[in-house]
Amino acid sequence: MAKAEYRLILKHADEPGYTVDIDCYLSHGGYQVLKKALAMPPDQIIQEVKISGLRGRGGAGFPTGVKWGFINHEKNTKPVYLLCNADESEPGTFKDRQIIYKDPHQLIEGMVISAYANRAHLAYIYIRGEFAKGAEILEKALAEARERNFLGKNILGSGYELEIYVFRGAGAYICGEETGLIESLEGKRAYPRIKPPYFPAVLGLYMCPTIVNNVETLCHVKHIVEMGGAEYARIGTPNNTGTRIWCVSGDVNKPGYYEYPCGAITFGELLYEVCGGIRNGNKLKAVIPGGSSAKVLRADKKYKIPKKKEDGSTEIVEMGLEDIPLDFDTVAATGSMSGSGGIIVMDHTRDMVECLRNIAEFYAHESCGQCTPCREGSLWMKKMLDRICTGGGRPEDSKLLLEVANHIAGRTICAFGEACSWPVQSFVEMFGEEFEAKQRKESSLEILEPLTNRTA
Amino acid sequence: MSALIKNPFNHDLPPLEAPLVNVQLDGQWVKVPKGLNIIEVAKRFGKFIPHYCYHPKLSIAGNCRMCLFEMGMPKLDANRKPVVDAEERPVINWLPRPQIACATQATEGMAIRTNSKLVKDCQEGVMEFLLINHPLDCPICDQAGECRLQEYAYDFGKGRSRFVEEKVKKPKRVDFGPRIILDDERCILCSRCIRFAREIAKQDVIGFVNRGSYSTLTVYPGRVFDSNYSLNTVDICPVGALTSKDFRFKMRVWFLREAKSICTECATGCNIIIGSRENIVYRLTPRVNEEVNSHWMCDQGRLGFHYIHSKKRVTEPASHLNGSLFPLEWSEALRTVAQKLMEFPPSEIAFLVSARLTCEELYLVKKLMETLGKGTEIFSEIIPRKGVADGLLRSADLNPNTKGAIGIGIGKEGRRIEELKNKIRAKEINCLFAIHENPEEVGIQEDILSSLSFYVWQGLIPGPAVHKANILLAGASFAEKSGTMINIAGRLQKLHKAILCPGRAREDWRILRDLLLLVGVKERVFEKINDVFDAMSKEIDLFESLSWNTVGDLGIDLSQKLKNRSIL
Repeated sequence: MAKAEYRLILKHADEPGYTVDIDCYLSHGGYQVLKKALAMPPDQIIQEVKISGLRGRGGAGFPTGVKWGFINHEKNTKPVYLLCNADESEPGTFKDRQIIYKDPHQLIEGMVISAYANRAHLAYIYIRGEFAKGAEILEKALAEARERNFLGKNILGSGYELEIYVFRGAGAYICGEETGLIESLEGKRAYPRIKPPYFPAVLGLYMCPTIVNNVETLCHVKHIVEMGGAEYARIGTPNNTGTRIWCVSGDVNKPGYYEYPCGAITFGELLYEVCGGIRNGNKLKAVIPGGSSAKVLRADKKYKIPKKKEDGSTEIVEMGLEDIPLDFDTVAATGSMSGSGGIIVMDHTRDMVECLRNIAEFYAHESCGQCTPCREGSLWMKKMLDRICTGGGRPEDSKLLLEVANHIAGRTICAFGEACSWPVQSFVEMFGEEFEAKQRKESSLEILEPLTNRTA
Repeated sequence: MSALIKNPFNHDLPPLEAPLVNVQLDGQWVKVPKGLNIIEVAKRFGKFIPHYCYHPKLSIAGNCRMCLFEMGMPKLDANRKPVVDAEERPVINWLPRPQIACATQATEGMAIRTNSKLVKDCQEGVMEFLLINHPLDCPICDQAGECRLQEYAYDFGKGRSRFVEEKVKKPKRVDFGPRIILDDERCILCSRCIRFAREIAKQDVIGFVNRGSYSTLTVYPGRVFDSNYSLNTVDICPVGALTSKDFRFKMRVWFLREAKSICTECATGCNIIIGSRENIVYRLTPRVNEEVNSHWMCDQGRLGFHYIHSKKRVTEPASHLNGSLFPLEWSEALRTVAQKLMEFPPSEIAFLVSARLTCEELYLVKKLMETLGKGTEIFSEIIPRKGVADGLLRSADLNPNTKGAIGIGIGKEGRRIEELKNKIRAKEINCLFAIHENPEEVGIQEDILSSLSFYVWQGLIPGPAVHKANILLAGASFAEKSGTMINIAGRLQKLHKAILCPGRAREDWRILRDLLLLVGVKERVFEKINDVFDAMSKEIDLFESLSWNTVGDLGIDLSQKLKNRSIL
């Protein structure tokens, strides 16, 4: 029997009869938390979020309360903007989409509360261009909320004013990088900004203090205000609080999205019990735990995880992949990350070189081209993998792939450099023998035709 | 005084009031102004951090990643006090990630490594990345010889390529504007030209299209980059992506002999370098002078030099005899002119002098007039040239040395042109000496010139009524002579001779000197331009206590002196 889900964010999402209408949301207790929040001083909400230990659900897992604390409201004279990052583009991730398509008012309520806490009077939902329907749903939901005075001037008689607009993205992965998103919102190419000096909390949208939060993160804020930060922090494990929506795709019998408290479930439980095991009774080979940019984890490897003992000291525990609990810190301890929660499962039939080639093609296509290492390196790695996969591999290619990846990571303007080099580093390191076999050209694996003929 | 052009950024010029902070540069503690970026910090101590996208006068882009360096900050203890080592020096916490020097500002206690293993690895990586899709067509590239990609490949690259894939193909020979050709394959996407167009030329028509390695520099559809400052992008382009239509394929840059001079196309006097080979000028490029043009010059000035090689130039002294030109020996020509000038009563002589002459030449003209006048003032005038100031570098005054002419006391800024015309008509003036000016330009046409008894023309390219000139003296262009001029802001600046005069043409100061000798001023013979300048500084109080050598390459500010004389 699989562990039961603990649905906080997706509580109503899949309930029969639950619609995106505001009436439906109101009948399920909607916008009650907003009333509570508007009666609280904004700083108290920020304090509750800090106490809750909420970490960003967009990928980096940065503590939300700390991010909010970067704006000095006493000194600041500029307007503050709140941006909702709904540009969910990381391959393997499809959680924000569920919220937007099935429960948009939860996001709006979370946003109004967050905007109020951050003294923002203008907020944008930057939704990826491909979510056309989602944008439509949000527009309608915003109109409904405006009509009921959950938005607009003097919200619910509190004197607080807020407007939220939907902005449809430009169809590029890089628009999800927070400073790229800001540039795109300003009407420019989504070239990420250099940090320093352009930290969003200081010089964000139109050079004003700006908070950028993920869809799921903003929804969590609503629940934190509802139950109180301390109570919320009891969900999950210390420093890994709240629930997370895990998006499982790939070679499992029941792919889908599953919400659990952080650390409440292990990879093994999720894949074998919740997702019904590996398809066709195959053997698990590898897992990418946090969206395609996260480092791949090999199923038959032991991972050294530091564990806190009761007396406060830490010890190193060896764990198989199946035993690793799904949270932020333990997954990070494996050398990978839980990122956006997109878990991609690969069984033993998968050719890891082909898998990497697929990922590399995505990143070569999505590199914005602004800074040199990522622009040139991502396409180089893709071309090398194309060559290896089409029978032109050379023994030195593994080493070269690694060296190219090492010349990208940590030397770029934004985290895309890591996003495109981590998969290469981890695939080559973890599955070196498959690369070597292919490069020897005596591979037992069939030499496959190129996946696509796309070049640009 | 600061640059006549207002740069939106001056990363290399920290505010004077900036406090000094201590930074550790490659192990050495030094003091630098707070907030100065690390490229400039390194530069001040003789270290070079390679960079492509960074330009001191443009916004910081941080995209080339060539200037990555290793950064550290003092380690702090629990009380946020720096931890010190046995020698009382702060212990440094080195950041694991390299930082970009262009966007990092010096702060107290910062530590910088410009040549560590990590830094070298970063530089090798970036160089390799930049070269993999580069066409490596240096043998036919105009930038070769002054190409940052070439230079850094030698200095910071690995010296070999590991790239065996096919290169990205991009557009070649793109018409970027009326004066520029773009080769997209050579472009390293540093965005300097884009930022220049947006921030300085204020013609925001350049940008990137496509993504990743396929990113392509282009002009907005239906627009051209035709700003009068467009060619500066060719200068700041670190590679051969942008080339000047005027200069491309004309000359390898390492053959160019470079002479420091100033542009004479308007009164701003932008500092330039004249690039020439075997007495032919191939290009003018701006020379940095923060008091005048900063790093820039306008396209008009840059391309306006071609007349000096015109086939229409007079390259030998000549006389007109029965309507046809008759070459003369210099001695004969000059003797004739001197003799004639002395024959006329001073009141019948007029000098039409150009405000494009140098101060030295104007001074000699002045001396000649004084000698001939013997106490009577001889009529002199300059031809004014009015353009439109553009708020950047173009001045409304298109003569480069109007202030010099006024300061030396030649002409009345063109107010007496009509008077001159009438006086010639009325035969009150019977002898005209036009130096580097064609009287036709101001309506003194053939019919008026016909009433002169004696007309001497000295210059480069004669006007339509030149056959009225009794004697023609072949002068020198700005590139063929040394001297000084005073720009619109009152700055005295030097021209340096870049090439020899064509044919038998002569530097104008030598012509004037010889005339002076012939009319009887023999107390001093000027051998060099320095002598003229030094004599001028003794006689004309505007130049008092100056000498040729003190003027220097960047000129000297005379604005206060000019203001005191109500010339400025």
